[in-house]
Amino acid sequence: MIELTINGAARQVPMPLNVMQLLEHMQLTGKRVAIERNGEIVPRSQYLSVELVHGDQLEIVVAVGGG
Amino acid sequence: MDKLTIAGKQYGSRLLVGTGKYKDFDETRRAVEASGAQIITVAIRRTNLGQDASQPSLLDALPPSKYTYLPNTAGCYSAEDAIRTLRLARELLDGHDLVKLEVLGDPKTLYPNVVETLRAAEVLVKDGFKVMVYTSDDPIIAKQLEEIGCVAVMPLASLIGSGMGILNPWNLQIIIDNARVPVVVDAGVGTASDATIAMELGCDAVLMNTAIAQARDPILMASAMQLAVHAGRAAYLAGRMPKKIYTASPSSPTSGVIGT
Repeated sequence: MIELTINGAARQVPMPLNVMQLLEHMQLTGKRVAIERNGEIVPRSQYLSVELVHGDQLEIVVAVGGG
Repeated sequence: MDKLTIAGKQYGSRLLVGTGKYKDFDETRRAVEASGAQIITVAIRRTNLGQDASQPSLLDALPPSKYTYLPNTAGCYSAEDAIRTLRLARELLDGHDLVKLEVLGDPKTLYPNVVETLRAAEVLVKDGFKVMVYTSDDPIIAKQLEEIGCVAVMPLASLIGSGMGILNPWNLQIIIDNARVPVVVDAGVGTASDATIAMELGCDAVLMNTAIAQARDPILMASAMQLAVHAGRAAYLAGRMPKKIYTASPSSPTSGVIGT
């Protein structure tokens, strides 16, 4: 198990995994999101190549109604 | 045709609307359609983890192919948070770089923090963003934001969500007179006449959310706002008559009155 902080909350995930696998794990595939890892944007093209490690801080955002 | 040009792109509508505070996405969509707006603001927020990914989203109701999205930084109180938010927005929207920057000063008034706004604008413009910037009605700050390279300056008419209307038309007038980029009144519009007054002053456009979303009938108010912006723009272009406090000038002929 490794621990990630996702949107401010600690979360255990089963294995070291890449960003795409994390999205699958969290059932977020198919949803339009953007991801920041430790303060840096992870471009969609790198979801397969970026491996997440213990302690990573992630922000996963969507567009919502706003003024 | 009288078009609004922002960052080189032309728009037929001079009304920009927010998409917050509606009952559901269907009401949001109907209000946006009734407003005739082509540019719509959206917020960027953490996804609700554990939520069903098949739930409808804003992007389904108002497809980015049909509208120009204007992601905002509402809720950001520092330049850093605003910059991070807009970088996420650009990634989320496939490289879309037209954004609304707002850095707030305090949660009670939502008044802009212009120091942080200037800092964020510098970084974002250098980073290639086309920044439409929410600011106070201070003409000097508005000019500085323009000089940094913002593509539109968006002074408040009154506080966000207050519906208090245009409290300082004189400052807005100075900003409009000095500006070489579009001036968009953003925040404070409460009803149709406020939007008309903003346009009559010579603003290039008006941006609103609450005035529509919190009207008793948002769809009807959205169409009223469309008409109000049209009317104000037409009156501005037509050039109003001068105000004369006491120069009698009847509209009917002075000769031929019976009994004279």
